Amino acid sequence: MELIEHLSLGFQVAFTAQNLLYAFLGCLLGTLIGVLPGLGPVATIAMLLPTTYALPPTAALIMLAGIYYGAQYGGSTTAILVNLPGESSSVVTVIDGYQMARKGRAGPALASAALGSFFAGCVGTLVIAAFAPPLTEVAFKFGPAEYFSLMVLGLIGAVVMASGSLLKAITMILVGLAFGLVGTDVNSGVARYSFDIPELTDGISFVAIAMGIFGYGEIIANLSVPTHQREVFTDKVTGLMPTKEDFKRMFPAVLRGTAIGSALGILPGGGALLSAFAAYTIEKKSRLKPGEIPFGQGNIRGVAGPESANNAGSQTSFIPLLTLGIPPNAVMALMVGAMTIHNIQPGPQVMTSNPELFWGLIASMWIGNLMLVVLNLPMIGLWIKLLSIPYKWLFPAIVLFCAIGVYSENNNTFEIWMVAIFGVLGYVFHKLACEPAPLLLGLILGPMMEENLRRALLLSRGEWSVLVTRPLSASLLAVAAVLVIIVMLPAVSKKREEAFVED
Amino acid sequence: MKINSQRDFTAGLLFSAFGVAFAWGATTYNVGSGARMGPGYFPLIVGILIAVMGVLITARSFITHSEDGDPIGAIAWRPLGFIIGANLVFGVLLGGLPGIGLPPMGLVVAIYALTLIASLAGDQFQLKGVLVLATVLSVGSYLAFVVALNLQFPVWPTFITG
Repeated sequence: MELIEHLSLGFQVAFTAQNLLYAFLGCLLGTLIGVLPGLGPVATIAMLLPTTYALPPTAALIMLAGIYYGAQYGGSTTAILVNLPGESSSVVTVIDGYQMARKGRAGPALASAALGSFFAGCVGTLVIAAFAPPLTEVAFKFGPAEYFSLMVLGLIGAVVMASGSLLKAITMILVGLAFGLVGTDVNSGVARYSFDIPELTDGISFVAIAMGIFGYGEIIANLSVPTHQREVFTDKVTGLMPTKEDFKRMFPAVLRGTAIGSALGILPGGGALLSAFAAYTIEKKSRLKPGEIPFGQGNIRGVAGPESANNAGSQTSFIPLLTLGIPPNAVMALMVGAMTIHNIQPGPQVMTSNPELFWGLIASMWIGNLMLVVLNLPMIGLWIKLLSIPYKWLFPAIVLFCAIGVYSENNNTFEIWMVAIFGVLGYVFHKLACEPAPLLLGLILGPMMEENLRRALLLSRGEWSVLVTRPLSASLLAVAAVLVIIVMLPAVSKKREEAFVED
Repeated sequence: MKINSQRDFTAGLLFSAFGVAFAWGATTYNVGSGARMGPGYFPLIVGILIAVMGVLITARSFITHSEDGDPIGAIAWRPLGFIIGANLVFGVLLGGLPGIGLPPMGLVVAIYALTLIASLAGDQFQLKGVLVLATVLSVGSYLAFVVALNLQFPVWPTFITG
């Protein structure tokens, strides 16, 4: 049993006192920041990235994975208690979760989210461990043309399944690609778009872009709407445990959510968001048992299903990253950036050249999920206290952490000027309703796409047709084209708009 | 011709302008040919694609349906100015600005300045509370980043520490 062998290697790595501590710290910090309203996982990870600079690579990645899960879970807590989704993937949790909280059942809602997520996390970890090695085999058969086409498919997939305007999303990817090209060209040594600024010859720091656009941009947007009183259910959380009846209802929902999430998470762009939406839609379509509360009024299945799905999805979205080195969503794009900072080039070679890191990371995903249950249920009181901190105390602190974080990347104030520029740009994107997540994907993939295209065209002596004459590459591009066509069909595009406006 | 989405109209124009500028920039490098791609080849393609997409988005802004013209709305100058300003002042104070002879003032001074300026972005400002917050953040950042994580910061002004 290779699977067991691999996993036991992973657990040996993850079960050292040091790595357990970092997993714990990551979950704690992630939840701490993620629970704050208006901060999604991307901003949270970008903010906390500097805390991992000093660690050895394995510990750093384990801690980052912990931060990611923590941020996800913190977002659900905020969704249930404040009716404010901290991130897009908990948008559907709000619907029934908040209604449960209003009826004094915040405890069971939070517990079902935690337990469902834990179960989904366990399954997701197994799925990764089972699917990663065969996919890595496939990845080694890929030539540059296939890689280029795969990235095109990944990017198209990411925008097709995201919400909002398709045209604008594709353009945002291209703008991200453009930003990614700034800096020294590896082949010719020419410094591109550096305007004779020495710092720019190393390229634009993705931390500065992520913090500026996702951190500052969001703060400015939040502050531009007048403060309104939020209803926070701080004192009504009593009786955490769901009743026996609750368990009976949520269990099948958790199973369905996990299955949907695990499957959709692997798809490019799928990840947490789409999984949660799909799971909620399916729960809503299924028939209500006699005596069950209707959906939208506090049905526990409406919390358990999407929460399991979003956790399974965020788990399995590691698969394309770890096996192919291609980030399927903005959070994974940040993980690529984090890996590069620690001198790890994500891709199929990680598993063979660095098995401790690879399997250690996978094992610590499971540990991270366990810690979330251990951490969140007893500490729920603390998170609720955090929720009642007024925004006027929070946002200066967030601005500060972004500034410190970006400075500490290179100990250079230049990065602080960059984050200011991207903060303004983030606000412009917000005003023009341009979703910024695709930009981050393009930014990370830009240099990789250029390099693979260069190699592919070099081998084919400049024939672009190589992209369609190699069967594997052609089929990847065909899938991408089909996706675009399907989404542009009037009937589908109408449905797509409806699917993302669910209330 | 009526613009049905002000946001799309503006976004498209901005994208087109950026794309053209980026593509023009690419031509200042050696473009080369497909078999021997120069440093300008890929950026040129990206720039042209962005420009084309921008035109499409602008064109679409005339045909989409919207009730209210999808306006951009007022620009929140106050938060925009104070948040970005706080960030810039933080950088200037932390690292100093040799151009005007300002020495690095260090982390603590920079945190007080950032907190004070950033707080002005909100609509409720109380000096006392902000000072308490700045003190908490200074102590917390010193302990977390300098003591615990051992990151390198100038903590105090250089004319004190020498």
